[in-house]
Amino acid sequence: MSAGVATGLITNAAGRRVPTHVNGREAAPYRGVNQHRSTGNKARPPIRSSSDYPTNGDKRIPDLETALRLCGLRDGMTISNHHHLRNGDRVALTALQTAARMGAKDLVWFPSASFPCHEPVIDLMKSGAVHHIEGSMNGPLGDYCSHGHMRGLGVLRSHGGRWQAVQDGEVHIDIAVIAAPTADYFGNADGSHGPSACGSLGFALADSVYADHVIVVTDNLVPFPCIPWQIQGNNVDYVVEVDSIGDPSMIVSGTTQITRSPDRLRISELVARFLRDSGIMRDGFSFQAGAGGIALAFVDYLAGMMKQANVKANFVRGGSTKYLVDLLNAGLIGYILDGQTFDLDAVHSIASNPRHVATSPFTSYNFHGKGNFASMIDAAVLGATEVDVNFNANVVTHSDGRLLHGIGGWQNCLFAGCTILAVPSFRDRIPVIVDEVTTVTGPGELIDIVATERGIAINPRRQDLFDAVKGKGLPIRPIEELQAEVEKICGGKPAKPRLLDRPVAVVKWVDGTILDTVWQVVDDNPYAPKVSVGE
Amino acid sequence: MPAVAKISTSRRGEAGRAGDDIRSDLHVSFEERGSGGIEIGLRSRVELYYGEVIRRQVRDVLRTLGVEHALIEIVDEGALPFVIAARIEAAVRRAGLAQVKRALPDAVTLAAPSQRDRLRRSRLYLPGNEPKYFVNAGLHGPDAVILDLEDSVHYAEKDAARLLVRYALRAVDFGGAERMVRINQLPLGLTDLEEIVPQSPDLILIPKVETAEQVCHVVGAIDVIAKQTSVARPIWLMPILESALGIENAFAIATVSDRIAAITIGLEDYTADLGVAKTAGGSESLYARQRVVNAAHAAHMQAIDSVYGDVADTEGLLHWGEASRAMGFEGMGCIHPVQIEIIHRAFAPEPNELEKALKIVAAYEDAQARGLGVVSLGSKMIDAPVVQRALKLVARARKMGIVADPSSAGEPS
Repeated sequence: MSAGVATGLITNAAGRRVPTHVNGREAAPYRGVNQHRSTGNKARPPIRSSSDYPTNGDKRIPDLETALRLCGLRDGMTISNHHHLRNGDRVALTALQTAARMGAKDLVWFPSASFPCHEPVIDLMKSGAVHHIEGSMNGPLGDYCSHGHMRGLGVLRSHGGRWQAVQDGEVHIDIAVIAAPTADYFGNADGSHGPSACGSLGFALADSVYADHVIVVTDNLVPFPCIPWQIQGNNVDYVVEVDSIGDPSMIVSGTTQITRSPDRLRISELVARFLRDSGIMRDGFSFQAGAGGIALAFVDYLAGMMKQANVKANFVRGGSTKYLVDLLNAGLIGYILDGQTFDLDAVHSIASNPRHVATSPFTSYNFHGKGNFASMIDAAVLGATEVDVNFNANVVTHSDGRLLHGIGGWQNCLFAGCTILAVPSFRDRIPVIVDEVTTVTGPGELIDIVATERGIAINPRRQDLFDAVKGKGLPIRPIEELQAEVEKICGGKPAKPRLLDRPVAVVKWVDGTILDTVWQVVDDNPYAPKVSVGE
Repeated sequence: MPAVAKISTSRRGEAGRAGDDIRSDLHVSFEERGSGGIEIGLRSRVELYYGEVIRRQVRDVLRTLGVEHALIEIVDEGALPFVIAARIEAAVRRAGLAQVKRALPDAVTLAAPSQRDRLRRSRLYLPGNEPKYFVNAGLHGPDAVILDLEDSVHYAEKDAARLLVRYALRAVDFGGAERMVRINQLPLGLTDLEEIVPQSPDLILIPKVETAEQVCHVVGAIDVIAKQTSVARPIWLMPILESALGIENAFAIATVSDRIAAITIGLEDYTADLGVAKTAGGSESLYARQRVVNAAHAAHMQAIDSVYGDVADTEGLLHWGEASRAMGFEGMGCIHPVQIEIIHRAFAPEPNELEKALKIVAAYEDAQARGLGVVSLGSKMIDAPVVQRALKLVARARKMGIVADPSSAGEPS
């Protein structure tokens, strides 16, 4: 099979050409924010009987190969993994390589995100063991997909969209392999302790509930009961003990570093000032910030302003780092609702502070939840590779069309009360504000602020925000003016790279509809910029 | 021309830098040919977006420089157009060509010319051969930027930095910041002036000044070049005193030309000259700094302090700046943009000090309006020097935007 997976193309409500079918299944086009409703019942796992499991609760199996065999591994299955071990993960690759060694073909890999450490999956795709990836792809995997080498279409989803896709039955997980920094023989598992401690295991929760088969892999087996547990043993089929699930130095950073770039510091400070001067920063407010250089510096500036104004936040969603933990301990924020735990201080905090709570894409992001935390947040500070004059933004591809980043929680966070993109106005010589983004990842109607070092653009839909900061001395400027200024500096509008008329991946919106298409790239540019949105 | 390391007899020249850790610069390798037109080899990070634009610019610049046949190879790390032009010209000149013709990009519109007594609280040093820091420098709100040709530029790169600074003065919008250039010590500094003066810098810092005659040389050279190139805007001078002899001659130096708007002190070189350690407390340079303050005020100009070298120590910087203001300095240098705001805070009047001064000024204006010779506040008569100090302080606070200026609707900084 070639990438003949996308049959017809139609234009969706965002004005983008998208396939009507993805990997053989019909796929609904994007219809607008909150315009699409799935109906019927949520997908459900097969019924199991406790009498089929050991009465003493000991579900240990000597090795992963045996566990996969007991799960009934066969060609075409969907195998899922999770990225809480980030670039230090050893479990996902081992699971796929083991399955390949056992002779499995045409597997679909369904990771919550992939990292450079997963590059060898390319060999598994070449050999036929893995058919395609449904999950974020960057680095070498992104290039492999961008150049049209993958047999199926890549499907990029947000963290919330991954949960939605499972509940919609769009993705059926045959075998979930969950890396656990601590587990007991019954399968209870947690991420806050152990030599490979990583914090929250929230990305694996949906899989533990909805997959046909669940394998927990741990390098820190503790006597029953594993307390606390985030993965419930009652959902787990088998437990496999290994020497190491990952490289701790790549799982969490010892210290997260605030940016020292003067321009990025200026952007961070402008964002903090915007929250203060608009009145969003007030007693009991909430915000979301990640672990990128700009986000960390933003938190630092905001903390100073909160102290000065004697304002306390009710809760913060993160991306937890030392900086948030310090604020929690200083009493400046009431709770950290933690989606991902980035450094050692944060791991220690989540293990010991009851006000530092592990959350999941279900609590925070899921479109099929009965509400979620993301829309309850007052302000979210996010990055982007490009944003257009209508405030549509791109986070998955670079301006040359190559896959560069996963969506992560980015799309879900757009539902915050005030969504702020904190971006430099140009990278190298490439303007960030463009006429039309290469790949629409977020609709402009949900993006309120674009903050650059050259000024802050407010979405014309948000007259309330214009009014709130009027006369406060902030450099508020029309987005077209920022664009024109940067184009003057850079020597004109950048040329649009030509892309082949052949889809290699699709970008899903949070409700499961197709927001945009990623097209095959033409040029190999060995001097491609090294861009990171997180920075 | 100064001695340049890379001139060779085969009329080849190289300039600029490229590599994984380089951004916003480029490496140019130029070789003159006898025939065959211009051949361009280009590898660029931004090839997909600006490849054609770059090739067109290369041809334009070479044509302006009078080069008709050449092989030019460029590795570009996302350099902006003014940097590309500067590096090409440097490579061509190092090949021994294009000694006269100038390839200049379009000029940006400049802010209003500098006033002699404008605010000079913060001046941000920008290494003259590091283009990546130029374009956003003005955004950080310093009172001035200094494009530095002296200590931050390696001797072998003086010629290239001089061209880069020349192009930056012309093509980079530094916003409201005063555009300063620190030239090299004489005589090399005189060569710098030939490139710099025609681009109307607002102020030139002269390093390691020890005698009034040295300033005279610079003034003479500026006068000649400015006249030849029809530069109408004022070019102020700020001599840097950084030796025991320079400090001794402070007043003579300050009064030698009415182009001099301020004098400043360089503490690294000064303490080296004394053979003592430079300490955080600064007691070893107390006399010299006081001497500079006194000479400057005697000559009716600003006294500007040195830089604070530890970027991470923001507390130390604030204390140094506050002490500096208390001594009579009106500003200091910055080596990182994060220092700007702290310096502005340090050089702002204390709230109670300002409040008192505002009352005195109001009383003074009231007395003036009523034709009274004596200014009084409540039951107290205010002495004339106290009135003068209050007027100075309020005038400065107005410039800083701390007190609303009745004559303009300027936005507070």
